[in-house]
Amino acid sequence: MRPETRAAYGFLSPWVIGFLGLTLGPVIATFVMSFSDYDVLSSTQWVGAENYRDALDDPHAHAALKNTFFYTALYVPLSIGIALGLALLLQSAGRLKGVFRTVIYLPVVTPPVATGVLFLQLLNGQTGLINNVLGTFALPTPNWTTDPMWIKPGIVIMSLWSVGSVTLILFAALAEVPAHLREAALVDGAGAWRRFYHITLPMISPAIFFSVVVNTIASLQLFSEVYTMYFGATTTPPPEEALFYVVYLFEQAFRDFEMGYAAALSWLLFLIIMAITAVQLVVSRRLVHYRSD
Amino acid sequence: MSTDMTSVPATAPLAAAREVTPAPTSPSPRGGAGWARRVAVWLTCGVFAVIFVYPLVWLVSASLKPRQDVFNNKLIPDPFAFGNYAKVLEELPFLQWTLNSVVVGMAAAIAVTLSSALVAFGFAYFQFRGKNALFALVLGSMMLPSAATLIPTYLIWNYLGLASTQVPLWAGNLFGSAFYIFLLRQFFRGLPREIFDAARVDGSGFFGLFWRIALPMSKPALAITFILEFQASWVDLLKPLVYLRDESLFTLPRGLKSVLDQFGQGGQREWEVVMAANVLVVLPMFLLFAVAGKYIMQGISVSGSKE
Repeated sequence: MRPETRAAYGFLSPWVIGFLGLTLGPVIATFVMSFSDYDVLSSTQWVGAENYRDALDDPHAHAALKNTFFYTALYVPLSIGIALGLALLLQSAGRLKGVFRTVIYLPVVTPPVATGVLFLQLLNGQTGLINNVLGTFALPTPNWTTDPMWIKPGIVIMSLWSVGSVTLILFAALAEVPAHLREAALVDGAGAWRRFYHITLPMISPAIFFSVVVNTIASLQLFSEVYTMYFGATTTPPPEEALFYVVYLFEQAFRDFEMGYAAALSWLLFLIIMAITAVQLVVSRRLVHYRSD
Repeated sequence: MSTDMTSVPATAPLAAAREVTPAPTSPSPRGGAGWARRVAVWLTCGVFAVIFVYPLVWLVSASLKPRQDVFNNKLIPDPFAFGNYAKVLEELPFLQWTLNSVVVGMAAAIAVTLSSALVAFGFAYFQFRGKNALFALVLGSMMLPSAATLIPTYLIWNYLGLASTQVPLWAGNLFGSAFYIFLLRQFFRGLPREIFDAARVDGSGFFGLFWRIALPMSKPALAITFILEFQASWVDLLKPLVYLRDESLFTLPRGLKSVLDQFGQGGQREWEVVMAANVLVVLPMFLLFAVAGKYIMQGISVSGSKE
């Protein structure tokens, strides 16, 4: 072996070891464990596909999946749309750009657990600030944290508060749209909307697509804020509408120590995420425009 | 390894690490219409600014109110109840939790910066067969949901007798992390090759190239990596929930959750204490943002437009 090659392997070895030991190994182990009954203390029982059959019959797992999908379907389009609007606003903010960018980003810097604690109060049906404002404009004031119909929309509102990271990604993409293209279109007499739709949007479509994929994956794994608000050592039982997939998985694995069942849930989530990402990739072929430079 | 599932902030962007150039935009205002447009833009900015900032203002205000006033939605507390903070610091091991968060965050950030830089240099400097395939694997591993590895990883630490310590919160970082490897590789590739060639002629070994040339020349990229990971570690709730049992080992997010359970809805309903504790958890991140916001936003801004 050439000394260069040997050295290269040396440099890469931390990642390779970590990938085998802490990523690939555990993914395979999760799969193997999903066919077992394991509670850490007693020995492993092999149960075949029973965990998967249980998951199909488990009303909590169904609820968790349904809630998670509902949330993702609502949050991802809203967050991308709002972020795009804010990014465009930011672009034309002139002298206020720096300040406005910082302001948008502050919620992203706020730890999720703190966001959860804060919004538990802001969303409160009786005393919360949000209903206080809505009431001032004579808008409906639902019980965001207790009314089954409004719990998930409330969680979406909380998540949208942290839309700043997507905004910055899209803003960065907007900044890379070559000015000469827009100027050329302007010379050709294209209006603002046409310039946006035919030039800006295709140019930033890779960044939008990237944000959709990453946000979807993150949304399907939403945990910290929701767990903070509704789970843990609470006196009231957590509402079923707040049971998100990873929250349920966490409780199965680390509260009830149903490790085998939780492994099956993990593996199912893994498959669901892969499937959704694959669909997004296929759809993106037609919609996303990649520059050839 | 896999991305952290708890960091909803769109997690770490996948693709390129090119620094963001300021937008060559803002067409010059043309007469009265330009003026009206500018005012409209500023007003809209103002409305959104209030939406984003006011919850935090509300939080600080609530944390300074006596118990019966916490939810009165008034901007200025009357009277001010600074005692809330004293109570947090007296009745809870808050300073210990802060210290734990600092120690874990430093360990996590140092470990991931050094290991990712090492791997990134391997990808940037050397030519070897299978390099592109291996790098594709690094990028692909970013998409892996951390839920898929959570349970066996716990069992590994349990087997090693470290499951109830702070070690699992940072030790996984010793093996590099895909996003940072990507970011640093981009940076290293931009360094002039001639410098390395000259050092080789002078007898430097490969590690010397990395340690004495590549690292010192890459301080901005290393700073971005360090700060982003410190932040990610600081805000993480899931891993502390999984691993930490002993209250004296808690990091701030885990501590805040137990404050909420103990003083909030789970118990005594002393919300003023919860709010003061919340401010103390948020504040260090805002200080970091004030000092290093440039790096944080650069790290996030690296766009997803280049595969």
